[in-house]
Amino acid sequence: MQMKLGELEIGETGLIKKVEGEGRLRRRLFDMGVTPGAVVSIKKKAPLGDPIEITIRGYELSLRKDEASLVIMEVEK
Amino acid sequence: MIRVALAGNPNCGKTTLFNILTGSSAHVGNWPGVTVDKKTGIYKKLDEQMEIVDLPGIYSLSPYTPEEIVSRNFILDEHPDVVINVVDATNLERNLYLTTQLLEINVPVVIALNMSDLVRKNGDKLDSKILKDKLGVEVVEISALRGDGLSELMNAALKASSAHREGKTLLKDKDLMHLVKDISIAFEGKAVENPLFHAVKLVENDELETKAHPDLLWMVDKFKQTFSDDTFGDDFEALIADARYKYIAKEFSTVVTKKDVSNGKNETKSDRIDKVLTHRIWGLPIFIAIMFFIFHFTFSEDLLFMGKMGLSIENPGLINFFTGMGYEGEALEGIPSLGVWLQSWMGWFTGQFISGFQWICSGFKEFGDVAAEAASSTWYGSLICDGVLAGLDSVCSFIPQIMLLFLFIAIMEDTGYMARIAFILDRAFRKFGLSGKAFIPMLTGFGCSVPGIMATRTIENEVEKNRTIRLMTCFSCGAKAPIWALLAAVATACGFGYADIFVFTIYIGGIALAIILAIFMRVFTKDRYTSPFIMELPQYHLPQARNVAAHLWEKLKHYVYKAATILTASLIVIWFLKTFGIENGSFCMVEDIDNSLIGYIGMVLKYVFYPCGWAINADGWKYAAASVTGLVAKEDVVGTMAVLFNGGAEDTLAESIHTLTASGIYSFAVFNLLTFPCMAAIATARAEQTRIEFLKTLAFWFGVSYVGSAAVYWVGTLYEVAWWGGLIVTLALAAGVVTSGILVTRKTKKA
Repeated sequence: MQMKLGELEIGETGLIKKVEGEGRLRRRLFDMGVTPGAVVSIKKKAPLGDPIEITIRGYELSLRKDEASLVIMEVEK
Repeated sequence: MIRVALAGNPNCGKTTLFNILTGSSAHVGNWPGVTVDKKTGIYKKLDEQMEIVDLPGIYSLSPYTPEEIVSRNFILDEHPDVVINVVDATNLERNLYLTTQLLEINVPVVIALNMSDLVRKNGDKLDSKILKDKLGVEVVEISALRGDGLSELMNAALKASSAHREGKTLLKDKDLMHLVKDISIAFEGKAVENPLFHAVKLVENDELETKAHPDLLWMVDKFKQTFSDDTFGDDFEALIADARYKYIAKEFSTVVTKKDVSNGKNETKSDRIDKVLTHRIWGLPIFIAIMFFIFHFTFSEDLLFMGKMGLSIENPGLINFFTGMGYEGEALEGIPSLGVWLQSWMGWFTGQFISGFQWICSGFKEFGDVAAEAASSTWYGSLICDGVLAGLDSVCSFIPQIMLLFLFIAIMEDTGYMARIAFILDRAFRKFGLSGKAFIPMLTGFGCSVPGIMATRTIENEVEKNRTIRLMTCFSCGAKAPIWALLAAVATACGFGYADIFVFTIYIGGIALAIILAIFMRVFTKDRYTSPFIMELPQYHLPQARNVAAHLWEKLKHYVYKAATILTASLIVIWFLKTFGIENGSFCMVEDIDNSLIGYIGMVLKYVFYPCGWAINADGWKYAAASVTGLVAKEDVVGTMAVLFNGGAEDTLAESIHTLTASGIYSFAVFNLLTFPCMAAIATARAEQTRIEFLKTLAFWFGVSYVGSAAVYWVGTLYEVAWWGGLIVTLALAAGVVTSGILVTRKTKKA
């Protein structure tokens, strides 16, 4: 099923289908390896619930839920 | 001389490599974005000397951060003879993304496959030959940390630098290549260098490129009418980024073969550390505890809390802490912390040094007080011993404590904990209208406001950037540390015995105040935008002695340089103002310091600062004068106080400054924390802001420090008179701040 990256629970894994948003923000996501086809798993949430930490392309990236909601995922559920 | 540029991702070991190649001491941290500007050094081990340029760490050559623009412009415009692309072998996929872009430029490239020892240590296999074959450039396995493979690397770089290399793209199999080729021919026609690189960037809809060459955009637009990708449509930006990553995944997945496939899912050591340090509940308290112990080890006069235990038997300690009274006699004498212990030795050493000079200036009279008095009676003895040396002594005696503080900060940076602090605090900060991006400038600001203000360039949003610059003074910079160290000692001498807590509250209180101010600054702007927070969290590693030492050495050099130049010069001026004045109707060397030039200036200033409390007593003008000289450099506050108070040989400086109450000390500290930073930082702010915004910034700095300092004094004094009265006022003020904070937040949410 399709859902937003920010909606995934800790430990869940999915495949990126699409990256929304525009301009710099989107460019930054691409540059950091958040591109369609990449496998992402949610590793952790910060003590106050936001930002989240994800594992992507073999490294750890942290981003806010706002930014994560731009990333549309395909998740098996 | 051959010029070698080091390019690579943040945190890939580039600066470590630079340090070991050049023997220099550029500052390295396990924190993305440590190098803001480029640094240069010389590599001397080959026959030909090579100039090494360390470029800021970047993830891409897109022009969205100042680091990326610095690196991109250097490689394109300054024509280095060869680029060494440092690639972290433990994180190949993302590191090679930059490589694919670098290769599109007409410049010789050599790849340094760093941390290759770590890959092998995990039991994984590393095959760098695949990289070499596919990329068509030399690949050398190195370990910057252990110094392996460096001569091979530099030899390869030397060899590559002599040949021309034509830019090459890895996108060649895509339909899009027709367009790229057409545009690059058009660029060649325009005699533009690196046509391929510019062509790809133009197709990517790169901001700089479309601005520089709007005349060629029609080619892209025309192509878009006929071309459509199944998944990306005509979104070439996404298409190209995706193509790069796809290519890397397809061709290089076999470069590193993991010993155990499930390895990636197992918990690494880094994960286990992170479980504790970024724990949902304990993460924040642990952060605060770590900060407290850093200040405790650096500034406490009572390492094992023995005095406080004694105090708690005799008196209700908490109330005494708030009132700052009752800490006399009955408490046990504690063991000093490492910082205080080192400082006392340093003070002894510099004291002997000054005595030596007094002995010489006095014409070799009896060593000690006699020589001191004789030296002061001559103008040159007075200038050297009471002016310059006394000031430098008090500034330099704090070197051990400041070095210790920076040691802890360097360890936090180098281990990777600093990046986690941003992760932990982002949510809280964002509520107040500041993003995680503001963290980097602010944390840098704890070291020095100048790079802190410069680093605000990474904040795209102007409003947020201006806000961050204004809040910079809340983050106590390294040059202010001597002020806190002195005031902590004064606090002890005045019987207010919690030096560590005093300094801790200055730092933590500064952060808290920044948050409160940020909330209120939001009222005056309608802009709700906060810049994104997309940051790598590097793996934890043990602090590397070389990196930490390099960092400290840099700080020490800077400190000593500043002491020898600007501080010495300003101390001479202060000595002159203090020694000369108008007495008995003529201009001369004065007997009474109140008649000196600085005495007159200070008297005027005293009334300006009267409401702030610390200027009220007879010595008030000295504090006022010291605060003003802080504009030159913050260490000057301490230097000026040393010159003006000029304690006898028996008393330390702290003991001779005993004219303040606890609330006076706090109030003076708050003023100096929040007021104008030094000239260098003010000039940096001017460079980063428009004229109007800069004037607002100056008004903000002065207003906040003046009002804040006065509030601390009067509320604090109320505590000293009647603690319950102080408590009521504090609660009332806190309630006021919280209520208006909530109202403001509500209002901004609606807007």
